[in-house]
Amino acid sequence: MSIKRLTKKTEFYVAIILIAFCLLVQVRSGQFFTPNNIVDLLRSLTIPMMFAVGEMMVLISGGVDCSFPAIASLSMYFVTTKMDGMFSSPIPYFLVAMLLGLCMGAVNGFIVAKYRFPAMIVTLGASSLWIGVMQGILGSSEYPLTSALYRLGEAKILTGTNAQTGFSSNLPVHFGFAVVLVLIGWFILNKTMLGRGIYAIGGDEVAAARAGFNVFGTRMFIFCFSGAMAGFIGVCRASMMMTVNPNNMIGMEMDVIAACVLGGVSLVGGKGSVLGAVLGTALMTLVANSLILLGIPTVWSRVFTGLIIIIGTGVSAVQEKQRKNTLHVAVSEE
Amino acid sequence: MSENIIKVTQVKKYFGGVKALDGVDLVIKKGEVHCLAGENGCGKSTIINVISGFYTPDSGTIEIDGKEYSKLTTQQAIEAGVQVIYQDLSVFPNLTVRENLAITMEKSSERKFISRKRYDEIAKQALSTIDFQIDLDEYVENLTVADKQLIAISRALLYDAKLIIMDEPTTAITQKEVKNLFEVIRRLQKKGISVLFVSHKLDEVFEIADHFTIFRSGHNVYSGPTKELTQALFTHYMTGRDIEEEPFEYNEKDGAKTVLEVKNLSLKDGFKDCSFSIREGEILGITGLLGSGRTELAETIFGVHKADSGQIFLNGQEVHFNNVRDAMAAGIGYVPPERNVMGLFMDQSISDNISVTRWDDCRKGIMMDQSEIDTLVDHWVGELSIKIGNASDTMRTLSGGNAQKCVLAKWLALDLKVLILNGPTVGVDIGAKYDIYNLTKKLADRGLAVIIISDDIREVLLNCNRVLIMRRGHLVDEKQTKGLDEETLSRLSVEY
Ligand SMILES: Nc1ncnc2c1ncn2[C@@H]1O[C@H](COP(=O)(O)OP(=O)(O)OP(=O)(O)O)[C@@H](O)[C@H]1O
Ligand SMILES: [Mg+2]
Repeated sequence: MSIKRLTKKTEFYVAIILIAFCLLVQVRSGQFFTPNNIVDLLRSLTIPMMFAVGEMMVLISGGVDCSFPAIASLSMYFVTTKMDGMFSSPIPYFLVAMLLGLCMGAVNGFIVAKYRFPAMIVTLGASSLWIGVMQGILGSSEYPLTSALYRLGEAKILTGTNAQTGFSSNLPVHFGFAVVLVLIGWFILNKTMLGRGIYAIGGDEVAAARAGFNVFGTRMFIFCFSGAMAGFIGVCRASMMMTVNPNNMIGMEMDVIAACVLGGVSLVGGKGSVLGAVLGTALMTLVANSLILLGIPTVWSRVFTGLIIIIGTGVSAVQEKQRKNTLHVAVSEE
Repeated sequence: MSENIIKVTQVKKYFGGVKALDGVDLVIKKGEVHCLAGENGCGKSTIINVISGFYTPDSGTIEIDGKEYSKLTTQQAIEAGVQVIYQDLSVFPNLTVRENLAITMEKSSERKFISRKRYDEIAKQALSTIDFQIDLDEYVENLTVADKQLIAISRALLYDAKLIIMDEPTTAITQKEVKNLFEVIRRLQKKGISVLFVSHKLDEVFEIADHFTIFRSGHNVYSGPTKELTQALFTHYMTGRDIEEEPFEYNEKDGAKTVLEVKNLSLKDGFKDCSFSIREGEILGITGLLGSGRTELAETIFGVHKADSGQIFLNGQEVHFNNVRDAMAAGIGYVPPERNVMGLFMDQSISDNISVTRWDDCRKGIMMDQSEIDTLVDHWVGELSIKIGNASDTMRTLSGGNAQKCVLAKWLALDLKVLILNGPTVGVDIGAKYDIYNLTKKLADRGLAVIIISDDIREVLLNCNRVLIMRRGHLVDEKQTKGLDEETLSRLSVEY
């Protein structure tokens, strides 16, 4: 890829800002490139990054999913409270949660794909519905984590220790899951006809149907995939936190969507990359977690994230406008 | 084995109350170039979408190569060897040229995984069929309509098709490319492949077609070989009336004011040092190849771009437009060539689209005066004989040509000093063309200064009293149309 084309990509700018920010924090605090800080960041990145992969697929297809935190919470809360202690392996918990998530995603997908209702409205509605179901039927209090998942939460890939301060942090295995999920997302979107179909549908649904793509099936797949992933991520979250809290994922949808958009995923569909979504999420996480190192109180973190989103999306809007206004006439010299 | 590649019998397709197809037949023989003609909105694109499996007909049967399909899907149609270049092109704006060319092919050969190498091979092969050069890594949204059209064409020609349907494939491309396309069509014909060709350009269809089918309002009115048809007869079948075009006579009145004057206008990557003026009641043509800067010049006068240097005078006063609103307020109207991108709100109602420029005038206090809007819309729908179902339907439901008439109506509803028409009759049927020409002449008679930008040489000669020729960003020549013949003008516009 030529340099000129590279500099037209949002991913490129997000990566530059990301690096600049890291350097800034390092220069100001000297604490950025320390093993425990890096591990902490990767740890906080784990859950949002996984959500971002599912969300970006929905966004690329021209939809939006606001219900994944609700799906994640409900599936997670169901398996951890109703199946508490039933299995000694964590796998059944994940499978059941994914199945529940898939079913809830399928409901979204069916309504959106079949009746062509706006995805935003459908998933917002679904979100209230699932949270209501959870709180009404299952309750909404904290609950001790079942032992199989607790043990998984203790498993770690590595430990980062700061030689000076002696502080150390563990990188949980869940980060490994996130990496695998990102790779799966990348593979589907770039290497399979299904993934290219998602881009095609997001670009022009009619053209996609005429080319023989199954628009209904593809939309169903996307919402089912996003739902199943939400179930999986919900259980990951609980086992990472080592406690069952049904409410602490609620509201994450806005941050995840914002992170995707920041990374160049288009809200009207058709555009975006896994790399962009990951970079966008990384930038948001980084800002939220590193302000303290810059001496800025954490209460300001939302202000900063807000600013980044506004500036980031503003820049892409301006770029888009400029692109549309460029002229190409070869004027001869006479 | 059948001698017909396609046989459509008594197909009906209604959209709500609109009878787009009301029991039509269409038979195409193998190895035949078949022209489907008819006025805007007579159902040409609809039958094409039925044959390609995109629309399910309400009744009737479709037979492809002797096999009858009860419920044809797009995938089945492609497998049966039907390829379509759709009127709206159906390319993917968000994908690269390479992928646009390759993806449909890969999809229909039921590939599950993507190979960059195969993509590359397919794309190169596609471009070579019509000898078209373009950067494979460019995103299609950044291309001109002409390039998009060429992509749609080369993509369809890739297939081992038995029938290639082309729904107005030549609206944006230049003569040279049309010639290439026609060569390909003749080559296909020799191989026994059939082509269904739709175009409102008479010279094109008479050059290429062996057989004609003509529709009017969703019914068959004629079917027969080309040699039995004259242009006059053809027009008659199509429109149900006889049309005789008369050249525009400019009545040079003494003291007719100069309305618009442009002096040494330049814009980087657009045009350079352009000067011209136009008086009340004149119709000025600007012709030149695509990419000669003619659209950029018009857009600059209309306030879309800001000129780097030079001056624009309106009624003797120098004007500086910062944006389109300023230009409109000063009395300049512009009908763009890409109507579905710049000229219309496709998902808003027809009524809103036509009346939008007049909303300020259609008010009762702070409320919209709906009855005045309705009167306005009815007036223009009637005046331009726009074929619509209901004025509250969305723009998307209109046929290509009727959408073009709506853009015109929108501007004509304004009280203008200068009206710039860029490609005003692209995709418009001959009857409607005639109506549009008459209307512009009438407007010019009332004192409006009209600029027609067009590469249709005939159109320029018949409707303008003066013509400017633009080449590579410069206005290189100016001619009175009286006494000028088509050949001379066409040579002037392509020279070099
Ligand atoms: N999706 C739709 N919904 C409602 N009405 C439609 C739809 N598509 C087409 N129509 C109507 O059906 C009629 C036939 O349209 P069609 O597009 O087939 O015309 P056409 O012959 O291709 O015209 P043109 O030469 O302008 O392209 C028109 O009156 C149009 O308004
Ligand atoms: Mg049409």
